[in-house]
Amino acid sequence: MVYPESMRESIKRLEGTRKERMDQEFVMRTADQKKELLKGFHPDYIEESMRELTVGPNKGQRTPHELADVLEAYPVSDVGGLDFGSPDYDVDVLVIGGGGAGVSAALVAKEAGANVLLVTKLRVGDANTRMAQGGIQGADKPNDSPERHYLDVLGGGHFKNVPELAKALVMDAPGVVTWLEKLGVMFDKEDDGTMKTIHGGGTSRKRMHFCRDYTGAEIMRVLRDEMLNHDVPEVEFAAAIELLTDSKGAVSGAVLVNLETGQKRIVRAKTTILATGGCGRLHMQGFPCTNHYGATADGLVLAYRVGAELAFIDTIQYHPTGVAYPEQIVGLLITEKVRSLGAHLVNSEGNRFIYELESRDITASAIIRECREQKKGIDTPTGGVGVWLDSPLLDVLKGEGFVRSSLPAMFHQFARYDIEMDKVPVLTYPTQHYQNGGILVNGKAETGVKGLYAAGETVGGIHGRNRLMGNSLLDILVFGRRAGEAAAEAAKAMKQAPEIGASHVGPFVEELKAAGVPKDRRSPKLLPDYRRPEMQGRYAFLGPECTPA
Amino acid sequence: MRKKRVQGSKGSRVEPSDGTCARVAVGLPTDAEPGLDPSTPQPLDPSSFVTIHVMGKAYEVPAGLTIMNAMEYAGYQFIRGCGCRGGFCGACGTVYRTKDSYKLKVGLACQTVIEDGMFLTQLPFYPANKAKYDIETLEPTTQTLVRYYPEIMRCISCNSCTKICPQDIDVMGYINAAIRGDHEAVADMSFDCIMCGLCASRCPAEIVHYNVGLLARRIVGAKLHKRASDLAERLKEIEAGECEPGVDKLTQMSEEELSKRFYDKKIRDIEPR
Repeated sequence: MVYPESMRESIKRLEGTRKERMDQEFVMRTADQKKELLKGFHPDYIEESMRELTVGPNKGQRTPHELADVLEAYPVSDVGGLDFGSPDYDVDVLVIGGGGAGVSAALVAKEAGANVLLVTKLRVGDANTRMAQGGIQGADKPNDSPERHYLDVLGGGHFKNVPELAKALVMDAPGVVTWLEKLGVMFDKEDDGTMKTIHGGGTSRKRMHFCRDYTGAEIMRVLRDEMLNHDVPEVEFAAAIELLTDSKGAVSGAVLVNLETGQKRIVRAKTTILATGGCGRLHMQGFPCTNHYGATADGLVLAYRVGAELAFIDTIQYHPTGVAYPEQIVGLLITEKVRSLGAHLVNSEGNRFIYELESRDITASAIIRECREQKKGIDTPTGGVGVWLDSPLLDVLKGEGFVRSSLPAMFHQFARYDIEMDKVPVLTYPTQHYQNGGILVNGKAETGVKGLYAAGETVGGIHGRNRLMGNSLLDILVFGRRAGEAAAEAAKAMKQAPEIGASHVGPFVEELKAAGVPKDRRSPKLLPDYRRPEMQGRYAFLGPECTPA
Repeated sequence: MRKKRVQGSKGSRVEPSDGTCARVAVGLPTDAEPGLDPSTPQPLDPSSFVTIHVMGKAYEVPAGLTIMNAMEYAGYQFIRGCGCRGGFCGACGTVYRTKDSYKLKVGLACQTVIEDGMFLTQLPFYPANKAKYDIETLEPTTQTLVRYYPEIMRCISCNSCTKICPQDIDVMGYINAAIRGDHEAVADMSFDCIMCGLCASRCPAEIVHYNVGLLARRIVGAKLHKRASDLAERLKEIEAGECEPGVDKLTQMSEEELSKRFYDKKIRDIEPR
């Protein structure tokens, strides 16, 4: 065990209280208590962390500075001068993004007979989907129902969810899980085929289906394999930097840039699906994040420029249990499944302070309060702070070896740093996790702009102001499939190839100028830059005087 | 071993670094307001530097970083060789040697802490063949894996695949199980695979192990495990239109009505954990 002496003392206290904690009943917070916790401690409520947008469809609405900085920004490259006469690709359906939403959309669109192209800025399967560990919800047990699932989803979202979208989510869930089962996703099951299911934060029934703690990785590798089996055309390391439009403003394709050679490519498409994922790598308020390298809100930027309205852009999900120690993996995810299975959150005095399966925003706020206001956090040697997650309790509850067999990814993660989480607790603190809001769509995954569809984390409205565990792996597949179906259908109804151009960009740039947006602010961001400050923004081979833009 | 900043050993030219190990080194934005969040880690000890050799070229970087953070500190901005940054995606498989050892070592760049004097290269891509199959119509027998991937019969039991696996999977063990046609064993043993491809890069028999594992797992999931009957029942109910009215009623309710139902323990009782 590598915890320094200063941290070991509180572990002794935690071990001392374990037995009595096991018999302790913890009540859930009332609506008023929740409000108070959120107002006092949730990062979304820090007034100065957000500002009003000054341009575009959501002008006047508040959003974090980091997101505003990419929405209110000039194009990375002027695409107006490109030759639109001879596009490099001419397809029915263009899917931008290679995660769970994009791949399921492409599979369904292809199945519907459309000529599909999937493009992604990294590899197919490089997405937050791959990192989702805990599970996927679906109301399939006899004591459960889609109705019950709906009420849980709405409660988690503080009753602000778009009803049509939440309905689609819960009604499609059993069908989506069945689809995965048929494709050969290896769910944890009883011998008779019954799905093993557990709780997630905020669920009233055990409806979380899982594949050990590799649920998203398992789903993603199967979907990718299926895409390869079906020969769906794909281009990797091709980032979309601008959408294309016809003279009426309908979306008709995109401009791609090859991230390795810089070459631009033009795609003409009858319909376009954005499945570009979330925004974790913008690092709201300087928080570390659990997200994939490519999570830079590109889809929101592209959609915003063609006039698509965004929803719930003032709410970000902070996952209650990010890694707080060791330093090398700070901010990475400790799956909620650890709490679902029964682990306690414990402060420096060895006491619980919140029911562990409150929804994520509530639990995260409670941890922040415990550390900041109550001063009952555990300090790390590098100036961090966190509370304990009593993971060894799981072996006490369920038998020796349980942690290793049911949480192999988590166990491996910590074992690399000589922390064996079946023997010692792990230190945790909230980390930026999920974009609750995004591009507003309807039940057919249509955005407000003709020809443009969206699915996955880039969408907003399904989860209202806070998403529950297990509903994102679900939503990417529900809306990925719906988008694929709707986009293929619309494309088939179009007799001829659409016009392509970039006439929407000029007016947006004029708006930016009028609002006084600084000239050097450009987007989409495509990839974060983690080089040390004096190296950033430069082409490695040309030196600092030759910065892009 | 940590050391103060010194020039590189063995005559290799060291890229000078100025010691400002910032947040960037742990994957955080540099413009973040210091102290705003208690979880924000402090800079690592800037006086303690080690030398790493990236594809033969030496860089001085702060001790304690992961390979990925160290390369970024040195000035690399990844396009390939970086994915989830959390040990799940297999983009950043890295092979390296350390001082005074003939051993070839391996790790994920996002998870492996640098050592002084390490020589490393990433292997972000390795060519692989993948069989095509229709999982719906496929009828598995003990010969299925061999039929789609006959090269597994060429395994010479050298164990190179197992030795290089950054996930500590018994790769050779599951290839042996594949030869026996034991799908369940292959699926179980290969489950933690992140498909980084390092096994395929080392195999003298030119096997692409991870694709064999993937096919076996799909066969187990789709064909050998029993289907969930609860799930099928619920799907029938939904398709018969039995569930929709209940949900529709809720979609019409006001926030107040929904909230009342949500907190009413008689309507929304919680199943014990």
